[in-house]
Amino acid sequence: MTFTQWFQSWGGEAFGWFLATTVLILMIALPLMLAVAMIIYADRKIWAAMALRRGPNVVGPLGLLQSFADGLKVMLQETIIPSAANRGLFLLAPIITFTVALIVWAVIPFGPGMVLADINVGLLYLLAASSLGVYGVIISGWASNSKYPFYSALRAAAQMVSYEVSIGFVLISVVLWADSFNLSKIVLEQQGHVLGFFNGFGFNPLLFPMAVVFLISALAETARAPFDLTEAESELVAGYQTEYSSMSFALFWLGEYANVILMCGLNAILFWGGWLPPVDWAPLYAVPGIIWFFSKILIFFFIFSWIKATVPRFRYDQLMRLGWKVFLPLSLIWVFLVSGYLMLTRYGA
Amino acid sequence: MIQAFAFYLFAAIVILSGALTVLSRNPVHSVLWLILAFFNAAGLMVLVGAEFIAMLLVIVYVGAVAVLFLFVVMMLDIDFAELRSGFVRYGFFGLLIALVLAGELIIAGGAWSAGAIDIANRTAPVSTDLSNIEAMGALIYSKYLYVFEAAGLVLLVAMIGAIVLTHRERKDVRPQNISDQVKRRPQDAVRNIDQPVGQGVEL
Repeated sequence: MTFTQWFQSWGGEAFGWFLATTVLILMIALPLMLAVAMIIYADRKIWAAMALRRGPNVVGPLGLLQSFADGLKVMLQETIIPSAANRGLFLLAPIITFTVALIVWAVIPFGPGMVLADINVGLLYLLAASSLGVYGVIISGWASNSKYPFYSALRAAAQMVSYEVSIGFVLISVVLWADSFNLSKIVLEQQGHVLGFFNGFGFNPLLFPMAVVFLISALAETARAPFDLTEAESELVAGYQTEYSSMSFALFWLGEYANVILMCGLNAILFWGGWLPPVDWAPLYAVPGIIWFFSKILIFFFIFSWIKATVPRFRYDQLMRLGWKVFLPLSLIWVFLVSGYLMLTRYGA
Repeated sequence: MIQAFAFYLFAAIVILSGALTVLSRNPVHSVLWLILAFFNAAGLMVLVGAEFIAMLLVIVYVGAVAVLFLFVVMMLDIDFAELRSGFVRYGFFGLLIALVLAGELIIAGGAWSAGAIDIANRTAPVSTDLSNIEAMGALIYSKYLYVFEAAGLVLLVAMIGAIVLTHRERKDVRPQNISDQVKRRPQDAVRNIDQPVGQGVEL
């Protein structure tokens, strides 16, 4: 008996389903918020360690409660709305960012069968929802009615649209190989993918370059360093967040980090076997799939933080060049290569 | 029941935001209402079982086209008074176009309900056990292959045309050569010298 069926057994067909789905949504969203709080702490600790600093170490043991203290602080602050701002849109923007960052988690498989909505266009849903994220940034930049947020909004619009193009082509290579848009099927297709032993498209020499392109595009898509030109503090104060305070700022903050975790998870799902262990060896399957998935997310988050701590920020023209003149042709050629290879081997020319 | 509720919700929001697109005083608000209309139209697509089209609508129109729309409209410096003054002059044409569109809609609705055309010819026959994407792929890449390729060619020509029309060679700027910049090493640019006091530096 599944979770939904248990609810339906006493709540009736429709009401039980509604109740079960609501509980499942909360079971994803609340731990996600906790994860965001802890990952912000991890980000600051990793960054500090690489800069030979201590990082947060005062609030709670080892500074573990730092994020909660910050959360409490912003919650108690006053929400300031600039008098020249477009009031409705100004408040709507962080809500959009936050909501979009949460809804994408609906299709993420945490383990075999552990997915809220197992839809057959899962990957397209992800792409669609993540392309909505840019609206939070654009609307906040325009509604603030202030120079720097506006610059930031224009940068964000161009940057995210550019990198979505190459992400789209990378996803097509993966979909061609997995023969499905369903994320659970994509993960299962990776079992024993290389030599019947390695679980993951990333171990495939033909798909590994796409894994690298996807990792870098994911950095650009989430506006993480070295592509954080939308909030480049040396040029734009704090970018689109400049005029925000209190909870409206916190929503941007939470949404941004939820997106970063999502992109780490997507890297794991698309190229490194999701909930599967890295190699197809029976004892490794004793560990629950969700542990493998979370440890892969954490490894990718460490890589993200590592890059943030070591790589200097790109110039804007370099960012555009990388997106349009390097990644777009490369991923386009790779779609051609992958489909050609599959045509010869799988579908018999 | 829930389907009917969802349909009326999406449909009402599409019509409302469509109307507000036209009626908003601020062009940025207009574009945002338009985006809401797109989004809810995608919801309607999901309801009729065309989830692939729905996702494409969101990815392409909401995620890319409307972003660029918004991008351009936000940068426009619009004089609202001037915008209003042309209303009477263009009102007639606007009304004409609206009437033509309304007439076409009524005719299309009438023709559909009359059912004069054989149902098999209305839509391409698709086996129902395929998923959305497979069914579309099977049709586009077999029956409608040449039409599909022709559409691709038209888009390619349009893209090249847009680039040719907007690209201009500027003689007064020095473009950056990225490979030169990457190849440049500190010893090409920086020199450490131990300079005695009171002497100039040879450059």
